[in-house]
Amino acid sequence: MYWGSLSEFLEMGGYGLYVWTSFIITALCMVWEILALWRRRTAAIAESRNIMRSIG
Amino acid sequence: MSQPGLWETLRGIIWRDLLLAIRRRSDVAISVLFLVIVASLFPLGVGPEPAVLRTIAAGVLWVAALLACLLSLGRVFTADYLDGVLEQMLLIAQPLPVLVAGKVFAHWVVSGLPVVLLSPLLGLQFGLDGEALGMLVLSLLLGTPTLSMIGSIGAALVLGVRGSGLLVALLVLPLYVPVLIFGAGAVTSSMAGIGGEANLSLLGACLVLSVFFAPWATASALRIALE
Amino acid sequence: MNWSKYSAPLAFYPLAGKMIPWFGTIAALAIAVGLYIGLLVAPTDFQQGEAYRIIFVHVPAAWMSMFLYVVMAVWAAVGLGLNARLSFMMTQAIAPTGAMFTFLALLTGAMWGKPTWGAWWVWDARLTSELILLFQYAGVMLLRTSIDDQRRADRASGVCALVGVVNIPIIYFSVQWWNTLHQGASVSMTAAPKMATIMLTGMLLMTFGFWMYSLAVILSRVRCVILERESLQLWSKPSPVPEVVEVR
Repeated sequence: MYWGSLSEFLEMGGYGLYVWTSFIITALCMVWEILALWRRRTAAIAESRNIMRSIG
Repeated sequence: MSQPGLWETLRGIIWRDLLLAIRRRSDVAISVLFLVIVASLFPLGVGPEPAVLRTIAAGVLWVAALLACLLSLGRVFTADYLDGVLEQMLLIAQPLPVLVAGKVFAHWVVSGLPVVLLSPLLGLQFGLDGEALGMLVLSLLLGTPTLSMIGSIGAALVLGVRGSGLLVALLVLPLYVPVLIFGAGAVTSSMAGIGGEANLSLLGACLVLSVFFAPWATASALRIALE
Repeated sequence: MNWSKYSAPLAFYPLAGKMIPWFGTIAALAIAVGLYIGLLVAPTDFQQGEAYRIIFVHVPAAWMSMFLYVVMAVWAAVGLGLNARLSFMMTQAIAPTGAMFTFLALLTGAMWGKPTWGAWWVWDARLTSELILLFQYAGVMLLRTSIDDQRRADRASGVCALVGVVNIPIIYFSVQWWNTLHQGASVSMTAAPKMATIMLTGMLLMTFGFWMYSLAVILSRVRCVILERESLQLWSKPSPVPEVVEVR
């Protein structure tokens, strides 16, 4: 382990803002993409069911 | 009745497009006027200092030429697409890329060549002198055909699509970046005294590449649009 | 085993469904270990201080953005050459993830550039190419959504992706050329310090994690696309998509 304490870890030698912004935005984008896909899938399945019902 | 040869067909297409352009002179005038207006806006925005104008001249004139070319792209195929001539063209026994190259050449004569001819005048407005002016004309002479060639791919891709004017800008402008860099670079480096020949030869390479590949890509895009 | 049967979208659908959890799990593991190494184990960089840790997301994102564009163009070429629907669906599924990584690479690059160079943005060849890459992703996606006819949308955006793949190296070269002309304004990025093995390990793990993440996400998007486009063909028995048919 490289860091001495938690606050040192969060501070990142004074660059905390830049480092954490990068990591957090990347994580947010990925989570958002997964959620958006999940919603799209739910919508697509519902739509297909509708079509099934209307032609069946 | 014998089939006309490739050259005759090509000449026919070029002549036809040029004739149509002469009959619709206002279209040509609009893109030239656009170039002049855009170029005249920059001194008003940046300020009248000759030194500043001279440093931005190459970039501004090249960007203005590029935008004027972009503006005229809609005319390459749209009219022929709407009245069905394009569909007939696809049926001609001659190779489509060659015919496309003919159309693009005609388009360049109508919209690119006036820009080249007008550029020394605009260059004077920005305080360019002898050698830089010559370099501006030369770089535009080599660069604008490339712009027409590359632009025709975009024009064919968005044929008949809603909002095609903005879409073609988005598709084509990234492809124009190298031409812009080499073209403006030729003028800038000749002004800096290191000679623009290297940039000119790169522009020439771009032209050769685009003449070989763009008509082919445009032809396949046209087939996709019309099938 | 006959792989060619999976070129039919509805045959590929369940196969993709089986692969997604695997790629997802591997991605989560690789990213977790990569983050552990990058943030907790790796020592500081002598020249850049702790700000260098941004590379653990920046470099993988940048690599993925370019790699995904090439993969997208390859699928487009396969689709145009063989007239295969699934290939175009892959092209469609790859673009959003590629665009997201391009955006992330630009954003984290700015975050890294500000403390290191003192500027959010410089007109360096890599940055400029990355920006143009974002425009090209946008162009491919917007061209697809603007064309109503599905077949034409597929093929036109495929041609667009293929033309773009030729463009990126030319842009990289031309901006480099342009920078040598305007010396002084640009910052040298080529003087990268030698990387310690532990840092390299972290970065490669993160890259591998992002790659697996992309595979999982793209496969689940391609499943959505298949559902959206082929919903009229879900009748075949046994149904490839039980989620839809079993409720009847």
